[in-house]
Amino acid sequence: MTDYKNLKLIATSNPHIRGSETTRSIMLDVIVAMVPALVWAIFMFGMKALTLTAVSVIACMFFEWLYRKVMKKPQSVGDLSAVVTGMLLAFVSPVNIPYWMIIIGDFFAIVVVKQLFGGIGKNFVNPALAGRAFLVGSYAGAMTTWLDPAKCKAPLIGSAEIVASATPMAYLKNGDLAGLKEAYSIGEVFLGQHGGSLGEVSALLLIIGGVYLIWRKVINWQTPVAYIGTVAVLSFLFPKAGTGLEWMLYSVFSGGLLLGAFFMATDYATSPVTKKGQLIFGIGCGLFTVFIRYFGSYNEGVCYSIMVMNCCTALIDKYTKPTRFGIVKSDKKEAAAK
Amino acid sequence: MAHAFFGGVHPNDMKAATNEKAIQQLPPPAEVVIPMSMHFGAPCTPIVKVGDHVKVGQKIGEFRGLGAPIHASISGTVKAVEPRPYSMGGSMMAVVIENDFQEELSEEVVAPADPDALTVEEMVEIVKNAGIVGMGGATFPTHVKISGGIGKVDTVLINGAECEPYLTDDHRMMLERPEEIIGGATYLARMFGVDNVIIGVEDNKQNGIDMLNKVIAAKHAPVRVQPLHCRYPQGGEKQLCQAITGKQVPPGGLPSNIGCAVFNINTTSAIFRAITKGMPMISRTMTVAGSGVVEPKNLEVPIGTPISHVFDACGGLKEGTYKLIMGGPMMGMAQYTADVPVGKGTGAMLAFCDKEEQTVEHPQCIRCGKCVAVCPVHLEPLFMYQYAEKGMVDELNEANIMDCMECGACAYACPARMHLTQMFKTGKQLVKDKAAADKAAAEARKAAEEAKAAEKEAVTK
Repeated sequence: MTDYKNLKLIATSNPHIRGSETTRSIMLDVIVAMVPALVWAIFMFGMKALTLTAVSVIACMFFEWLYRKVMKKPQSVGDLSAVVTGMLLAFVSPVNIPYWMIIIGDFFAIVVVKQLFGGIGKNFVNPALAGRAFLVGSYAGAMTTWLDPAKCKAPLIGSAEIVASATPMAYLKNGDLAGLKEAYSIGEVFLGQHGGSLGEVSALLLIIGGVYLIWRKVINWQTPVAYIGTVAVLSFLFPKAGTGLEWMLYSVFSGGLLLGAFFMATDYATSPVTKKGQLIFGIGCGLFTVFIRYFGSYNEGVCYSIMVMNCCTALIDKYTKPTRFGIVKSDKKEAAAK
Repeated sequence: MAHAFFGGVHPNDMKAATNEKAIQQLPPPAEVVIPMSMHFGAPCTPIVKVGDHVKVGQKIGEFRGLGAPIHASISGTVKAVEPRPYSMGGSMMAVVIENDFQEELSEEVVAPADPDALTVEEMVEIVKNAGIVGMGGATFPTHVKISGGIGKVDTVLINGAECEPYLTDDHRMMLERPEEIIGGATYLARMFGVDNVIIGVEDNKQNGIDMLNKVIAAKHAPVRVQPLHCRYPQGGEKQLCQAITGKQVPPGGLPSNIGCAVFNINTTSAIFRAITKGMPMISRTMTVAGSGVVEPKNLEVPIGTPISHVFDACGGLKEGTYKLIMGGPMMGMAQYTADVPVGKGTGAMLAFCDKEEQTVEHPQCIRCGKCVAVCPVHLEPLFMYQYAEKGMVDELNEANIMDCMECGACAYACPARMHLTQMFKTGKQLVKDKAAADKAAAEARKAAEEAKAAEKEAVTK
């Protein structure tokens, strides 16, 4: 019979069971959702797309590991969030930048933006976007020169002669819809046969990745739908050229909107925690994106719009707290009437 | 049609191990340890002494104020009246009875001549004297709930949700003793003067629902079964009210504030046994399950049986058992010893020896917001955690931490495996301590002022 006197029991608080989801499994899902776009990038831009992403991932993991080690903090590299940051930074960079450049961006993202604020969950702007913003500020030329995938692939090492291309965003900025239509059909833009950042070109594959994340309940639909919807509605209502529909389709499918809406704006640490807050956040991102695209000096506004909204997250959280349980709308009205 | 409440989680229900196992009678234990606190309220005073002979159903503990009396669950000799370890941690005054295996029924147990002729007051009195408390785990004295609710309550709900994983004793009660449940529900309808009692049952117990409906039809009882979608914590009183009536119990309030009263299925059948047979609450059904139990079972157990005896009746524990839980895996209490006895609110005993305990060494909140989405009382656990960790009492109050019912849904859903529920227990204590300290300080200030005024008065005289 059981020796009840010598049981080695632990008496911890309830609950005594946990769901199967972990930080690591969530990050793994995000990585899986980005793989189709990565494969497409390799197909379009050459093996450099893979090596650049790999270098970025390894650098991010190394910096995360090193910081935690040096600062004698519990190791966190196993949660795979650094992998996601590394992939995302590569995704929002032109494929032709040198490896050392992305490593600098990785350092800024992981050490300055993420770890100095306390690590995962504590940073207030998206590390990958901040890394990109840092690189754009430091190396504006390299970060805004896009390779024409139809004419050449990126060489693995060094930057060979570049056949630069005007991205759809440049056409849109100038309101040159006719030129854009001549350069790329809407189908080509949707599939991703144009120049642009490494991981942002294929609208189709990003949507597939995003739907996967929603299906896996990693992200809520609120942020991407509000974000993309806002951009779509504004573009439809205020086309710079052509019909609203054409303008809207090009505006939504080109640039970094889909990558930003599904993979960046949904970043847990830097977006609101309630679904209501996420709707507001998405709408805000959409507004700023359109404003920058229409009135700003950059062609693309996704990166900065999300970073601006990141800074509003604490405010949004404060004003979108759930209604206390047991307080129904009529009670509120009564209280207001008093 | 199945209803819903806000939030919640959907753990694997793990009920297959016992949901087809009929309730067995536990072999009588050689000794029972009956703690004097098995209810919400002040502990009872023992009214027997060492050496006394007691019979089954004899009253051995008397309550004062909010509470319910306690009865002997076996016949035999009182061996000790002393503090013993009990399930809420620490120890509690208990009456230890050595079994004489005679199963002599006490003369105090008298069945009413005609149960159907009883007045409401008489029925409430019977429930009170039978020591009936809420058997879902909260152990609120049932007679207080009934007498406090008469006149206010228009909807009587019977809680058959059994939303905790592993637990199947409510389900087995529906299948094996539906007459007791329907009978008890009928008496509750009479006591509250309502013409409809609703039994809420999660739809993973379809045969239980069918069985209840069959008895309702046969007896033309004023009872209706409401199937509910499975979701934890549907069996929470406020959640069940919301799921069935769509109404929310106000903060700090009781279901009677929205015209509801909720009774557990086991409580309902205990009411039936008390009114028809005069039988006080001396035993209860419970599920014994979990990876550490050799042969999981449903058992009917005398109150006060040491849990080691209960596990022995199920083949004992497996090697490497590291956790004993009284109650379900979501809200149950982990025990530090197998000496604790079964109480009136013990619906299950679980033993874990597998990988159920999934903690990580340095949990880090990733702000995913899943805790907010699952909180059935609309709280924001991630922020409350930060406040509690830093001892920010005012912020905790503002975040309505006292609304937290410690259901564990947030911690279950948390991918970072933060110790949320545990931190909220600490946080609630901080709030209570601060309130007590503030009150004491205010009183001290007042006393000092009065003393000063008196002194002044004395001087001026």
